Amino acid sequence: MQIQAEHVIKFVELVAARVKEQRDFLTQLDSAIGDADHGVNLDRGFTTVLSKLPSVADKDIGSILKTIGTTLVSTVGGASGPLYGTAFLRAGMATADRFELGPDDLVAALEAALEGIQTRGKSTRGEKTMIDAIAPAVDALKAARASGDDLVTAMRKAVAACEEGVKATIPMLATKGRASYLGERSIGHQDPGATSSLLMARAMLEIVEGIS
Amino acid sequence: MKKLINAPENVVKEALAGMADAHSDLIRVHYDPDYIVRADAPVQGKVGVISGGGSGHEPMHGGFVGKGMLDAACPGAVFTSPVPDQMLAATRAVSGGKGVLHVVKNYTGDVMNFEMAAELAAAEGIEVASVVTNDDVAVKDSLYTAGRRGVGVTVLLEKIAGAAAEAGADLAEVKRIAEKVNAQGRSMGMALTSCTVPHAGKPTFELPDDEMEIGIGIHGEPGRTRTKLASATEIAEMLAGPILEDLPFQSGDTVLAFVNGMGGTPLIELYLMYNELHRILKGKGITIGRRLVGSYITSLEMAGCSFTLVKLDDELTRLWDAPVHTPALRWGM
Repeated sequence: MQIQAEHVIKFVELVAARVKEQRDFLTQLDSAIGDADHGVNLDRGFTTVLSKLPSVADKDIGSILKTIGTTLVSTVGGASGPLYGTAFLRAGMATADRFELGPDDLVAALEAALEGIQTRGKSTRGEKTMIDAIAPAVDALKAARASGDDLVTAMRKAVAACEEGVKATIPMLATKGRASYLGERSIGHQDPGATSSLLMARAMLEIVEGIS
Repeated sequence: MKKLINAPENVVKEALAGMADAHSDLIRVHYDPDYIVRADAPVQGKVGVISGGGSGHEPMHGGFVGKGMLDAACPGAVFTSPVPDQMLAATRAVSGGKGVLHVVKNYTGDVMNFEMAAELAAAEGIEVASVVTNDDVAVKDSLYTAGRRGVGVTVLLEKIAGAAAEAGADLAEVKRIAEKVNAQGRSMGMALTSCTVPHAGKPTFELPDDEMEIGIGIHGEPGRTRTKLASATEIAEMLAGPILEDLPFQSGDTVLAFVNGMGGTPLIELYLMYNELHRILKGKGITIGRRLVGSYITSLEMAGCSFTLVKLDDELTRLWDAPVHTPALRWGM
């Protein structure tokens, strides 16, 4: 199975649509432990991304991802702008000049994205952030590929791990970001960043399922 | 929500337009990306000092752009960090060949957005140094939080570091002085009422008429405790106590004392609180060498106040006294 530039474009369009649908839900999660702007900020960013896509549609996958990254950095603000922006920029660097990606190229791009988020956020697992959704998903994806699963099966396992990761943020004590000011009061709330990461993982699975 | 606005999404831009008109002798405003810059920028041969953050804290930071203080300020949406494009453009606009200092308040979003801008500016060959303010003693500074928030010290640091840059100090020296102000400064605030973010339309938090929040953040983040309303004497003790213990400030110290209004508190109450602070410090053998009283780092229409103390030495006193001419602070020129 090969992933082409058009699939990357479809993926981002799907993410933009889902963010719009889930905007109020994401903001509501954020109002409990953050500053009530996660859905609004992401929606503003991905709406701008949609307007930029036509100008890069014929470019290589790396250029498309980098354009998405810089647009998110320029429009989202807060912490999620630099974090998701860096993720797309790093994935774009890992796929520079490529018009097609094999399954293992996709895994490498996702690993680069995760590493970018960890570096930018100076964060690691267990701190009640988007990393708690993305890291288990990347692990599951790699393990499934190593055991010989095809990409669709591996992506399904990744999304399942991502869902578990999001649930696991509920009882966690936040130690990064604005939620950490709440201390013990952050316990019992699902992390909004982890939730938007799951939304993206699900969109990626849908696109991969559509290719096969 | 009762506010003097047209539409929530236009508040920042329309306020910037007003500032540009009101202070055209001191500043210029650039739009998309948005930043406020000294009218005579870039000043050749001078270190540029820029800051930025969410809007809603006026006059910080835009009101401090001018001679002897900031070269530029980047306003984000209300209570939302500005984006790297703004800081990068502002860094370019103030770069006079001696490098640029970024003054950043310690909030996760602000720190990351400034970091990205600093990396991009460095890639263009502009030398950038950063100082992150984290003076709010209400927050535990531990591995288990994002660290202390940057609050009142930011205003004093911008004045003092700006004076050092104006006097011709190099980037390393301006950064050293800025770090000294942050290291020797501590703050704590309190709220009597909440604030309403224009696009949210309702108060950020609920506070009953007979209660107050001690240790409040400048975005309405929760503080240390919520308690029954008390007298000004008691409130002053609740704010000054943790500040004095933390550095600690000791008998024989001379300080710069800053009594700040949160936006909805009249000056008469701020002077009343200054009187309380003065009494407390006198009792501890601490001398107020310099002072600032007024609403300089605000939280929209929140009622309440904060105390900031910075331990002074000859160097910081001389830089504090240096001439400054900005929309919000002016003396000596």
